[in-house]
Amino acid sequence: MNIHEYQAKNILKSYGVRIQEGLVADTPERAVDVAKQLNAETGTEWYVVKAQIHAGGRGKGGGVKLAKNIDQVRELSNQILGMQLVTHQTGPEGKKVHKVLIAEDVYYPGASEPKEYYLSILLDRAKGWNVIMASTEGGMDIEEVAEKTPEKIIKEWIDPKVGLQGFQARKVAFALGLEGKAFKEMVKFISALYKAYVATDSSQFEINPVLKTSDDKILAVDAKVNLDDNALYRHPDLAELRDITEEDELEVEAGEAGLNYVKLDGNVGCMVNGAGLAMATMDIIKLSGGEPANFLDVGGGANAQTVEAGFRIILKDPNVKAILINVFGGIVRCDRVAQGVVEAYKNIGEINVPIIVRLQGTNAEEGARVIEESGLKVTSAIVLKDAAEKVKEALA
Amino acid sequence: MSVLVNKDSKVIVQGFTGSEGTFHASQMIEYGTNVVGGVTPGKGGQTHLDRPVFNSVQDAVESTGANVSIIFVPPAFAADAIMEAAEAGIKVIITITEGIPVKDMMIAKEYLKGKDVTLIGPNCPGVITPGEAKVGIMPGFVFKKGRVGVVSKSGTLTYEAADQIGKAGLGISTAIGIGGDPIIGTSTKQAVELLMNDPETEAIVMIGEIGGNYEAEAARWVKANGNSKPVVGFIAGQTAPPGRRMGHAGAIIGGAEDTAAAKIAIMEECGIHVSYSPADIGDTVVKALKK
Repeated sequence: MNIHEYQAKNILKSYGVRIQEGLVADTPERAVDVAKQLNAETGTEWYVVKAQIHAGGRGKGGGVKLAKNIDQVRELSNQILGMQLVTHQTGPEGKKVHKVLIAEDVYYPGASEPKEYYLSILLDRAKGWNVIMASTEGGMDIEEVAEKTPEKIIKEWIDPKVGLQGFQARKVAFALGLEGKAFKEMVKFISALYKAYVATDSSQFEINPVLKTSDDKILAVDAKVNLDDNALYRHPDLAELRDITEEDELEVEAGEAGLNYVKLDGNVGCMVNGAGLAMATMDIIKLSGGEPANFLDVGGGANAQTVEAGFRIILKDPNVKAILINVFGGIVRCDRVAQGVVEAYKNIGEINVPIIVRLQGTNAEEGARVIEESGLKVTSAIVLKDAAEKVKEALA
Repeated sequence: MSVLVNKDSKVIVQGFTGSEGTFHASQMIEYGTNVVGGVTPGKGGQTHLDRPVFNSVQDAVESTGANVSIIFVPPAFAADAIMEAAEAGIKVIITITEGIPVKDMMIAKEYLKGKDVTLIGPNCPGVITPGEAKVGIMPGFVFKKGRVGVVSKSGTLTYEAADQIGKAGLGISTAIGIGGDPIIGTSTKQAVELLMNDPETEAIVMIGEIGGNYEAEAARWVKANGNSKPVVGFIAGQTAPPGRRMGHAGAIIGGAEDTAAAKIAIMEECGIHVSYSPADIGDTVVKALKK
C-alpha cells in the first residue's frame, strides 16, 4: 500500500527520524494558517508547497514550489490544489491534487553547503534479506544512477536474525563521505530509519533526497513509504492511512467485490481464474492483435456472483470492444462456471460487445454445451489457441 | 524416481481440520496420496477423515513417521507452522497459504538455512508426481504421467501447461509449483536443478512471470550446465505495466530486469526454448524434444 509524503514523514518522525517539518492543508486558507503555525514552531520564513499525490516526479511536473512569504503560500497553494498534476508516473491524464504539504525551508545558508544524498531500504528478493541502498547522488533517479554510475551505489545487507548493527550504519555513513557531526547524525538517521522500516512491516522506504543542512543536520526532505499489504492486519493504524481517492474507481469497486482488478488502457477486457493465467491471457490478447483492457483474477471460486461483478466492472470501461473469459476448471467445474456466465449475462441484460468464453479442465465439454445452448451472443472455446483466434475475429 | 514427492511419501496436513485443509486433504486422499494424519493444535487425539489428528508436528512425526507436510494454516500463523515442521524433522514442507507477511517469511527462511529440509511455496499450488502423490490443490486428472518436469510460479497456468503437454501426447514426471511471493523457499533454479538430476525427467518446462530474477538465474544455470536436457520457458506478463502488482505479491515490475522482455532475452541467450504464447507451451515441448 502506498501512502502520502506527509503520512510517511509522520511515521518516520515517530521513530526518531529527523524530517523536514511540515503541515498538511486542503485549502489555500488552511495552507496560510499552517504556514503561520510552522513559522511559530520552526522559525522558517520560506515555505515549500508540495502537492500530495501518490506519484514521483512531482517537482518536475510543477507540483512543488517555493513560497518566500505568506502571500505566496496562498497563491501557490491556490495554484496547486485542484490541479491535474502530470508526472512520469501518473500517465498523461495526471492526478488531481487534494492536499498540499506546507514544509519548512531546509536549504538555508550557513557554515557549509547543503548537500543531498539518497537512501532506501527494500527487500533483496534474490537474497531474502533487506538491503540499504545509499548514494551521494541525492535527488537523482536511482535507476539512472545504477545505469550510469553503478559504482556510486552503496549496498549494505541486513541479516534478519540480528537486524541492523551499528558498524553497518557507520559503514554507510563513511561511504557517503561524511565526517564530524554530520557523520554522527547520519548514523542515527539510518538506525532510526531501519527501526521504522521493520516496525511498520514496510516493503520499501525511499528517502530522496536526504539532506545534510548547512549546519550539519541530516533530515528527510522527501519520503516514499510502501507498506506490505499482507501485514496490514497487524497495523490497523497504518491501514487507515489508505487514500482511495488516489486509486482508480473501478479498482476500488472490484476490491470491494473481492476481485483482483487492475485497469489498463486496451480494448479487450478479460476475466480469468488465477494471477499467472490472467497475465498470460493479457499476453494472448496482445498476440491476437488487441490490447488488454485490464487484469482481472476472479480467484478460485468463479461463480455467478463473481462473474457478474467482473462483467459489470469490465463493461464500465468504454474502451472495451470484446471480452475474453478464460477459466481453467480444476476444483471448480466448467459447467458451473458456464451456468454462472449465462446467469450473469441474463442479469445484466443487453451486452453489446462480443464475448468469448474459454473453459478448459473439469467438465469442459459440458461447459461449452451450456454456453452454446444458452442462445446468447457468446462464443465458446476450449483450446487456448481457438480462443485467441476468436478474439482476432471479434476485433476484425 | 521423480522428485520431492512419490508413492513412499508420508504426508501430514497442517491446518488439517480447517475448511481448506479438510477439502484438499480429502482430494489428496482420493488421488491416492499417502496422507498419514494431520495437525491442529488443541485437537490432538481426535480423528479426522479417518486419520489421526495431532497437537504438534513433533507428535505427528513420532507416531506416523511423516516426512512431508502440506500447510493450509492462515497467513498470520503460517511462518510459525513452517518452522515447527522443520524443527520436527519434516524433509519437504509445501506451503499453500497465500498472504504471509514478507517479514515473517524472511525469518522462516533464515530459520530453515542449514537444516536438511526443502520448503516449497508459499502461495503455490503444491507438488504432484502423477500416479504417485499429489501434495497440493491442483486437479490431479490434468497431470498425465510422463517424462516432462514442470516448474511454475502460478497455479492455473501450470494446469494449462500440463493440459497442453498431455494433449501433445506427453506427460509429467513431477510438477513443482514454487509460488508467486517475493520470498519463496525453493527458487526456479533450485527446482530446475532437481528435475535436471532426475533420471525420469527428459525435458523441463519453466513457467515464470514478471518480477524478481529467478528465471534469469535458472536460465544461466541451465546454460552453465551445458543444456543437458531441453528446457522450455514461458514468461507471463509481457503486457503488464510497470509498478503495478499483478495479483501475485511478487509479480511487479520494479526495475528493467523485472520485465518479461528482459527475462525472455536472457532465456534466449541461454539456449532455452521460449514459448512466446501461452497457447504454444505444449507444441514447444514437442519441438524441443525432437531437436
